[in-house]
Amino acid sequence: MTSFFLFGAEGGLFDFDATLPLMAVQVVILTFILNTLFFKPVGQVVEEREDYVTVSRSEAKQKLAEAERLEADLRGQLKDARLAAQKVITEAEQDSDKLYREALALANSEANSSREEARREIDAQRDSALNQLKADSEKLGDLIVERLLAVQ
Amino acid sequence: MGSLPFIFPFAELEVGQHLYWQLGNLRIHGQVFMTSWIVIGALLTLVVVGTKKMERDPRGVQNLLEFLWDYIRDLARTQIGEKVYRDWMPFIGTLFLFIFVSNWGGALVPWRLIHLPSGELGAPTADINTTVALALLVSLSYFYAGLSNKGLRYFEYYVHPTPIMLPFKIVEDFTKPLSLSFRLFGNILADELVVAVLVFLVPLVLPVPVMFLGLFTSAIQALIFATLAAYYIGEAVEEHH
Repeated sequence: MTSFFLFGAEGGLFDFDATLPLMAVQVVILTFILNTLFFKPVGQVVEEREDYVTVSRSEAKQKLAEAERLEADLRGQLKDARLAAQKVITEAEQDSDKLYREALALANSEANSSREEARREIDAQRDSALNQLKADSEKLGDLIVERLLAVQ
Repeated sequence: MGSLPFIFPFAELEVGQHLYWQLGNLRIHGQVFMTSWIVIGALLTLVVVGTKKMERDPRGVQNLLEFLWDYIRDLARTQIGEKVYRDWMPFIGTLFLFIFVSNWGGALVPWRLIHLPSGELGAPTADINTTVALALLVSLSYFYAGLSNKGLRYFEYYVHPTPIMLPFKIVEDFTKPLSLSFRLFGNILADELVVAVLVFLVPLVLPVPVMFLGLFTSAIQALIFATLAAYYIGEAVEEHH
């Protein structure tokens, strides 16, 4: 029991010998083996996955931004198209209104002119008829006067 | 010598006895190497099985390995810093995994059922040789990290922020491995002893909470060792302004 804790004694808790350097060599070798078999391959896989996730995420973000951009673009186009359609409709309405008015005015003026002509014709015929009648009645009056005078 | 027959009359409780192997004129502790090979074997099996067929969608053991990798990376990155943590991650990770599996193996595997001619199997980290070896590796690592990153400017660290710090920093170079090795050694050995003593005194129920505590301590010690190792390396490579 006296040599229980003593250095250099036979046995004991603090019995240093060639176990120490050999264990150190063993651990160093184990370090290199684990580096090749464990740390490098697993690290590669983990880092590849991290890269993959990062790249996928940034790609997804890019795609999302692209989609949002396209959506905004299309919204703008849609708005422009609506405005254009509105404009076309307004123009068409104005055009048709104008045409209608023109046609109406034309028809009115034609109707007026033909009515005017008709009235003029009627006036002319009436005048001529009155003249005729006047002439006829004068002739008849003359004739009646002649006959009466002749009888006497 | 080393058994405690006069306190606990049980022949099985042996402390400080080793199974000596003779390699040329070198003597080594056989039981430490036997369990350390089992630990290394378990680690390598896990790693080989888990990395056999790795996919981007992890399944099975790959999940566990990736979790461990991530955990070790976070540990190394927070302690060492973004710039050089990659170089030291394998070392920190190996320390953590080796100590963790050793500690848990010592706590979970009923080694006492295997009888050795002398000494007994247990966690490799319950032997002072292992913990000192690990601690010295940490010391070498942080010196190497500092010198390779900053060259001779590394020694500015000793007079930072004032030259008064010089003796303390030099003492620190000795206390760092000392505290690292003794903390791990003491915790694991104490845990094994407490469990063993309790098992011999009260073989039922009572040792179980202590065993759970031992598992907790084991995990914490592995984390502490790895974190401190990373912190020392980080301290050595840190740029002063």
